[in-house]
This record gives sequence, structure tokens and C-alpha cells, in this order.
Amino acid sequence: MIRLPLVLTFSAVLFATGVYGVLARRNAVLVLMAIELMLNAVSVNLIAFSQALGEIAGQVFALFVIAVAAAEVGIGLAIVILIYRNRETINVDEVNLLKW
Amino acid sequence: MSSQEYVFVVLALVGIVGAFRLVTAKNVVHAALYLVVSLAMVGGVYLLLAAEFVAWVQILIYVGAIVILFLFGLMLTKAPIGREALDNQQRGVAFLVGAALLAGLVYLIQDAFPWDGPKIEPGTGTAEAVGESIFSRFVLPFEAVSFLLLAALIGAIVLSRKDDAT
Repeated sequence: MIRLPLVLTFSAVLFATGVYGVLARRNAVLVLMAIELMLNAVSVNLIAFSQALGEIAGQVFALFVIAVAAAEVGIGLAIVILIYRNRETINVDEVNLLKW
Repeated sequence: MSSQEYVFVVLALVGIVGAFRLVTAKNVVHAALYLVVSLAMVGGVYLLLAAEFVAWVQILIYVGAIVILFLFGLMLTKAPIGREALDNQQRGVAFLVGAALLAGLVYLIQDAFPWDGPKIEPGTGTAEAVGESIFSRFVLPFEAVSFLLLAALIGAIVLSRKDDAT
């Protein structure tokens, strides 16, 4: 028996921390890590509501979130390594070739 | 408060401290290790909510695979040590945005779900129940995810291989 707002508040704190990390970091790999934190916060909500409503679909969605996160990290790190090979830096504020 | 809530609060506090240290760490490898702490505590929360299959998938995929990928990414790139080198100048604005978002979310949560409202009854989360649901109601999304993973695999190989032809 766990109160629902307790779990939702935990997930809100994780999500806000992830938003801070995405905005404050300039190393691209650390930005990706903060994105993982935000995805995890969403999964916590999905599991909490799945158990509160007695509906298994939320857990299936959480599995899909994990699969998509794995794909995102693979592609993201490939892009980061490609940028590092070409520009010798992975600071997101120095990669401004496409910036108008 | 029930005993499950005490365990949850402990897991949540450790996870939140790990998350805070992740976004403020001065060393990128330490940040990856704090990510392990945070993800493992989220996995513990899943176990506490009786979603056991998702909990073990979380431990296997996130802690076992994704963090290792991150460590590879960190070691293949040169990362300076120190907060000034890892953070940009908008740290204060970012903190304000994060705090405002947290305040808004907490306000909405306590508005929509009162403290003495419905509680979570840990139901079922076995591999059998999840698998039945995936292969009956969610077959098409499941196939779409497998195609997405294949596309990501090919894309990652194409992106990161060296072009010796050109």
C-alpha cells in the first residue's frame, strides 16, 4: 500500500532534475544522461498508474520506453563520437555550424 | 505510513541524491556511476510496486547495457574535469526552470491526487502477464519497436564506421 502522490512526487523530482541537467550541461554525453533521467521519471509514472488502475498496459509501455531509450542512446553516442572525430569537441555550445 | 512506504522513501531519497549528484558531478565518470545509483533505485521502486519483469529489464538494460554504452562514449571522447568545463553559463536560469517545473508538477499532483486518496495496490507484474499483454494487444507496436531497434543498429554502425573509400 503506497500512496500514489508519493510516487508521483518522486517522479516529478527526477524529471525536474533531468531538465536542469539538460539545460545546464555542455558535455553532450552528460546531456544524454540527463535525458535518460527524464525517461526514467516517465516510466515510474507509467508503472505507478499501471498498478493503481490494475491495468497491465502501463508496464508494456514502460518496456517500450526502455527499448526506445536503448535505441536513442546508441544513435546519440554514435553521433557524439562522429562529432568528436570531426570537431575535436563534444561541447554542445561549440557545435554551432547549423546555427543561424 | 505503511512499511512499504518507508522502504519507498528510502529508495526514493537515495535515487534523488544520485540524480542530483549526476547533474552536478565534476567528473564525467563519476556522473555515469551516479546514474547507476539512480537507475538501480528506480528499479528497486519497480520491484516495490510489484512490477517485477519491468524491474529486472530495467536492471539488465539500463544498468547493464546503457551505462556501459555511456562509459564507452565517455572514454572515446576527451572530457575535461571541473564544473566550469562541464556546465555552461546558464546554470542559474536552468535551476530556475527546473525549480519552477518541479513546483508546478507538485502543485498539480497534490491538486489531482489528494494525500488520502486511492492507494497503489501492488497488483501483478509477472513476465507471464506482461508477455500475454504484449503478444495479444500490442503485437503491432512490438513489431514496430523491433524494426526501430534494427534501424538504430544499422544507423549506429553507418554513423560510426570510418570512411576509407572517400
